[in-house]
Amino acid sequence: MARQFPNQQIEWRLRKEKIAKILMQLSGILITGSLFFIVGTILYKGLPYLSWEMISQAPQGGFYLGKGGGILNAILGSLYLALASTGIATLVGIPISLYLNLYVPKNSFTARSAKLLFDVLFGIPSIVYGAIAFSIMIWLGIRASLLGGIITITLLTIPIVVRTIDELLKTVPIDLTQVTFSLGATRWEAARVVLKYIRPGIFTAILLAFGRAIGDVAGVLLTTGFSDNMPKYIDEPAATLPLAIFFQLSSPIPEVQGRAYASALVLTFIILFIVLCTHLLAAKQKKHKL
Amino acid sequence: MHTLTSSETKETQALIDTAVKPLIQIKDLNVHIEGKQILKNVSLDIPNNSITSIIGPSGCGKTTLLKTLNRLLDDSKEVQVSGSVLVDGDDIYGRDAEVTHIRKKMGLLSQKPFPLPMSIYDNIVYGPRIHGERDKNKLKQIAETQLRNVGLWDEVKDRLHTSATRLSIGQQQRLCLARGLAVQPEIILGDESTSALDPISTQTIENLLIDLKKDYTIVLVTHILRQARRVSDYILFVYQGEVVEFGKTEDILLNPQQELTKQYVKGFIS
Repeated sequence: MARQFPNQQIEWRLRKEKIAKILMQLSGILITGSLFFIVGTILYKGLPYLSWEMISQAPQGGFYLGKGGGILNAILGSLYLALASTGIATLVGIPISLYLNLYVPKNSFTARSAKLLFDVLFGIPSIVYGAIAFSIMIWLGIRASLLGGIITITLLTIPIVVRTIDELLKTVPIDLTQVTFSLGATRWEAARVVLKYIRPGIFTAILLAFGRAIGDVAGVLLTTGFSDNMPKYIDEPAATLPLAIFFQLSSPIPEVQGRAYASALVLTFIILFIVLCTHLLAAKQKKHKL
Repeated sequence: MHTLTSSETKETQALIDTAVKPLIQIKDLNVHIEGKQILKNVSLDIPNNSITSIIGPSGCGKTTLLKTLNRLLDDSKEVQVSGSVLVDGDDIYGRDAEVTHIRKKMGLLSQKPFPLPMSIYDNIVYGPRIHGERDKNKLKQIAETQLRNVGLWDEVKDRLHTSATRLSIGQQQRLCLARGLAVQPEIILGDESTSALDPISTQTIENLLIDLKKDYTIVLVTHILRQARRVSDYILFVYQGEVVEFGKTEDILLNPQQELTKQYVKGFIS
């Protein structure tokens, strides 16, 4: 005979259910609210200063004192920097994760120590990457340049790609590799099927890396420098959007401060655009997903 | 525990005297996974062009034995294998054994159907493609032949290029069988291949396997005795990693020689 459970327990359980739900909704509202507040502030303060001139021209003399010109140099500098380093980090990072998951036994010393290492690298702040890259550049006699920035930001984004892809690979059912192996596939051929399986997620990994790359200040501060010229050569200093925002925001002139918010708006739009592209691409890839 | 004496082994071997050299010969096979012994001194000749069912309680080593045959096992975990498995006279655990080639000889039909994340057509021709077939007409031919082989052609011919994952689970399992057959294996290994299927799909797969045995040597793992009785010519009873008894289906089910087999068949141990 089943014993009767105490009756009041169900009420307490339902109350807990209610409390949990309210807490979740509260944190949701808090986060969405602050996001709207941030975007709202940028729009309110920046939109009046956003002009075609602003995004189509390099700064003219005295731009940071409120005279004419724009931030095209910083937009391009940031795009070059983020695209190049995200691209390289993806090309290097995906093979690393595939190797650690498909080629090396999962519990081996190599796999475990490599994953630990990437966890640590993932958490190191970008100023440390910047400082190390800077000291190497001094040692090699290279001055602050777009190239220096690309190398630093690539090093910063590789752990992001590796860790994200690694998490994705953990979701791949063991059946998938077993099926491909049982058809006589080599590891590389199996890896290609696995890549196909996780492709929608790869876009997320790239997006995360890109977001980190385009928004980073500390890593580029020492290694890329800043310039009012358009980024034409890879061995010359280049402007980046976050630094441009920083410089404009530290000005006492209201006009220049307004432009800082307009620059932030441009940066936000770039990221929004990349996010939308990623979602579209990922949705397109989903058709063979289980 | 209950190992066969040498005279008994001879008796069983006499039963399966197929005159031709058997395709799969297992000798003194021992398998340890992460230090634990899973298979103990398994020796066995699997007869050609017939269906051999491996039966036994859960955890007895049935699946391990099956996966030892196409070397899928030494891939995932810390596995030590000693002894030999001869396929076509070549030891697949020998020093110069080439794993992809061995696996190509054996089609695996796993527990749950698992279509590759691509279209129906690409699933079938995946094997031939990686083994170097580039001719589009030949690939089309292979796809049609194999889909007809498993009775799926009429059901899918109009949607060959849609995702394989949209098929019903029974259709998916037939697709997986066709995909395995497309690499022209000599052996079909089935790992409880019908356990996820409804009775009608199960029957379809069983009938297919019975048809296929004229061209292939088939080894199935099953925990359903009735299925073993329906499809197999030979039954191998494994208990706690050891071969207890091997013989013709009716002998094992109706007239088992070993006490353990008797108990298992009657349902006293499971």
